[in-house]
Amino acid sequence: MSEPIIKFDKVVKRFGSVTVLNELDFSVSPGEKVTIIGPSGSGKSTVLRILMTLESINDGVVWVDGEPLWHEERGGKLQAASEKHMHRMREKLGMVFQQFNLFPHMTVRRNLTEAPIRVLKLSKKEARERADRLLEMVGLQDQADKYPHQLSGGQQQRVGIARACAMRPRIMLFDEPTSALDPELVGEVLNVIRNLAEEHDLTMLLVTHEMQFARQISDRVCFFDRGRICEEGPPSELFSEPKEARTKEFLRAVVDPDSAKGEKQASAEG
Amino acid sequence: MEWTSYLPPLLQGAWVTVQLTVYSTILGAVLAFAFGIGKLSNNWLIKGVSIGYIEIFRGTSLLVQLFWLYFALPIAGQAIGIDLRLPPVVAGVLALGLNIGAYGAEVVRGAIQAVPKDQYEAGRALNFTPRQAMWRIALPQAVPEMMPTFGNLAVQNLKDTALVSLISLGDLAFRAENIRNFTQDSTTVYTLVLFMYFGMALVLTAFMKIAERSVGRWKTAGR
Ligand SMILES: Nc1ncnc2c1ncn2[C@@H]1O[C@H](COP(=O)(O)OP(=O)(O)OP(=O)(O)O)[C@@H](O)[C@H]1O
Ligand SMILES: [Mg+2]
Repeated sequence: MSEPIIKFDKVVKRFGSVTVLNELDFSVSPGEKVTIIGPSGSGKSTVLRILMTLESINDGVVWVDGEPLWHEERGGKLQAASEKHMHRMREKLGMVFQQFNLFPHMTVRRNLTEAPIRVLKLSKKEARERADRLLEMVGLQDQADKYPHQLSGGQQQRVGIARACAMRPRIMLFDEPTSALDPELVGEVLNVIRNLAEEHDLTMLLVTHEMQFARQISDRVCFFDRGRICEEGPPSELFSEPKEARTKEFLRAVVDPDSAKGEKQASAEG
Repeated sequence: MEWTSYLPPLLQGAWVTVQLTVYSTILGAVLAFAFGIGKLSNNWLIKGVSIGYIEIFRGTSLLVQLFWLYFALPIAGQAIGIDLRLPPVVAGVLALGLNIGAYGAEVVRGAIQAVPKDQYEAGRALNFTPRQAMWRIALPQAVPEMMPTFGNLAVQNLKDTALVSLISLGDLAFRAENIRNFTQDSTTVYTLVLFMYFGMALVLTAFMKIAERSVGRWKTAGR
């Protein structure tokens, strides 16, 4: 396989005295579609948030596209990165949030054009054309002049995806993009993500509880438990023949929600 | 004397009051944004100066601030050889603006801090600089939240202008006092003055409501 585009090298992340990521090793190849599953609190969001530079790390190195994300090489040593370095690194990444995080004071179209204009320095015309193409892609060309609060949750999340795409990142991070949605709106959002997943060059990292969907679109599924990868593999293997006891237990709990309580408790105790 | 004969001087005074209110409210708004944002700065000097300003002007009375600017500052200036005598209008606008700006700064700070963390994270994920995130994302959401309190502060400011009559500025309160001294007709004069202040407050409130609605248009779109 080619050089990984994302590589976690013994990454440690603590919140106070709680160690959330414990010397995590994890890598993703360019163009790979990876799904992260695992119990609540196992550190799934933390992995994405570290990549998006929303959360710093305590130890280890995160590599993105061959360069350290949180460090810069100065005098032959890795030192804490400057804001300038991280600004350059962030260009490679885009993120879709569980709660959409749209800008409520901007119309749908402006949600999509603001960053391309201000950050990428696109002309208004270019940004607008790009936005309109993306809105068409997510099926919201008629909603361009509305404000986010006028849209349904599913529509808002589709705007969220289009907004991230407008920056043309090489890596897309999805943190439970459908968890805040009413069940009947999940499908429309998954369809948009499924279309994106067909783009060969785009690297995707998806945290989700939609196991069926994960099975369909991912090249690899990683089961996270207590800040480490407990088991990983192609979806056909991991879902059908999990090897680790904890994976089995988790998958059973997801499929059969009645025993899910037991699972949550187990992870809280663990 | 006919009560109508009081009107021309009172209206002249009212015009001074209006000017004082407008200028000092504008000055106050500028200071409120500068120091409200300054208090949130990561730069300790900017933060320190902002906190100092806010605490000093909220912690002392407007009357003392006014007297200090008008009476004490020129003497302090004399001591170091600079002419710091201020015309009454300037001293009045400065005192009122500095005072209302300190209260406004806390409102600005509070409203900015009330913008959900989510919004800053979205801004970061889209690679906005911290400055762009402040101006493009946080402030446009914070300003509508500030407006009701700003409206109250502006009316408060209008009422506070009456204090500047004490440095013999010919505002509404000053004219009223003059006419009363001259005619001893307290009831008529002060009833007129009461209604004039009330009328101005109504206009100011209406104006602030319009401003509030225009900055918060996106909130009510399509409702
Ligand atoms: N800002 C924070 N301060 C303190 N603790 C935090 C913070 N963010 C996350 N944590 C803790 O870190 C752990 C991992 O959190 P994370 O959000 O990565 O879990 P997750 O796997 O995404 O869980 P979920 O499925 O509930 O979203 C949790 O125990 C959480 O309580
Ligand atoms: Mg999470």
